[in-house]
Amino acid sequence: MPRNENWTEAQPIVALHDVHKSFGTFEVLKGIDIEVMKGEVVCIIGPSGSGKSTLIRTINGLTPVSKGSVKVEGIEVHDAKLDKLALRRKVGIVFQQYNLFPHRTVLENVMMAPLLVLKENRSEVEARARTLLEKVKLRDKEDAYPAELSGGQQQRVAIARSLCMRPDVMLFDEVTAALDPETVKEVLMTIKDLATDGMTCMLVTHEMGFAREISDRVYFTDAGRIVESGPPAQIFDAPQDPRTQEFLSKVL
Amino acid sequence: MTEGWTVSRLTWRAPVLAACLCLAASLAAVAQDEAAARPSALDSLVTWMPFILKGFGLNLLMSVLAMAFATVTGVILGFMQISPLALIRVPAKLVTHLFRNSPWLVILFAIMLLVPFQITLPGGERILIPDWVKATFGFALPVMANISEILRGAVMSIPTGQWESADSLAMTRGQTLRHIILPQCIRRMMPPWMNWYALLTLMTPMAAILGVDEALGNTQAAMEAAGSRPEFLIPFYLFLMTIFFVFIYPISLYTRRLEKRFAAAS
Repeated sequence: MPRNENWTEAQPIVALHDVHKSFGTFEVLKGIDIEVMKGEVVCIIGPSGSGKSTLIRTINGLTPVSKGSVKVEGIEVHDAKLDKLALRRKVGIVFQQYNLFPHRTVLENVMMAPLLVLKENRSEVEARARTLLEKVKLRDKEDAYPAELSGGQQQRVAIARSLCMRPDVMLFDEVTAALDPETVKEVLMTIKDLATDGMTCMLVTHEMGFAREISDRVYFTDAGRIVESGPPAQIFDAPQDPRTQEFLSKVL
Repeated sequence: MTEGWTVSRLTWRAPVLAACLCLAASLAAVAQDEAAARPSALDSLVTWMPFILKGFGLNLLMSVLAMAFATVTGVILGFMQISPLALIRVPAKLVTHLFRNSPWLVILFAIMLLVPFQITLPGGERILIPDWVKATFGFALPVMANISEILRGAVMSIPTGQWESADSLAMTRGQTLRHIILPQCIRRMMPPWMNWYALLTLMTPMAAILGVDEALGNTQAAMEAAGSRPEFLIPFYLFLMTIFFVFIYPISLYTRRLEKRFAAAS
């Protein structure tokens, strides 16, 4: 990505301003404003269908916006002239369905993009991939194929795969929603380690306890708008908006 | 293992079935010839077998060459069909649908009559195009169109999540196709691809209509040369069917096994 000389770490690393998104005539996002500082952990919560996933996908350009601006490190994501590939090296994303490459082993899954995209030296990438697999506690599974792993293990591989591109921001789109309850925790622990290490993280999640524990800031969305945001203690203990109150009373 | 048992039983059945067909052919021949003093139909068949088998060799050659040509062009056409550029996609769709939906025999006749029997190179040198080469080309076209569709279908069957994660890892469309999508497609394409090879091989005797000296043409020529007696019909044609059967059956068997394995894996 063309480095933006004007951007410093004192400015938000991710900044959404008045983001709108429509699918046909249906407006999913109706003017979203979010600012995330480097090293911050931000959770987006809200009822199903409130546009959370669409929102997070606009940040790495997977979903184009209809109106408004999305900036990563001060650079407009939805600029037609922008090199999308360069942007995606900066922003990693992990999906609900893991989406590992089924025909490649765990280690190959992690190494593939740095080798193909960054054209890095194989032994360097391999060393980094092994370190990351160690970090997600799957070093002993490096030769396994995705189908041989549990959902939680696959999701941790997906996290390692994203991290191997050395992104500046990590996006997590309901990464535990498809998992068995007993494997949710191992994935959450991995994300927590990442946050502790200082990675900028944005999560769409239904794990309220986790959101409260890990976030610097929580955004509550409903019907394509941000209804309320603030530190987790404020959102969870003293929600101001009746919609937030109603949602939390249902899920907590 | 139940599956292993089924497969081994089928494998064992094929040669026995083939042998029975041969035996039936011989018996039919013997029965017809008991009273006659002329060489029996079976003797005639044995005499002419090498000639028929030589013809069959041409069937195999045509099928292999046609399949190779159809695979290469079909895969290219299939990729063109999924191109984001209409300029590439639309002509590819047109060609695919044209050859998929035309009768094979019509394509074969068209190629035979439209392609000249010789071409003159710019240097003045003349190259003859044998009929069997033209026929091979004629067989390849419909198979090409079907392989193009198989590839398109296989690419479409890959979950969109694979594209999205490759996109998110900053892979280009070409890298995604080559390293992520295509390797997963090949597995899915194998059974229908083999199926089309079997069908193609079974179609090759159509070349006899156009005077190519393949197995069917040679069989007819052999019967004529041996005296055109009606009792030749059953043994000669049974023999011809048997050699095709012996060649094709293991292929369809293996195709079925692959399909089962892939169905179990997914």
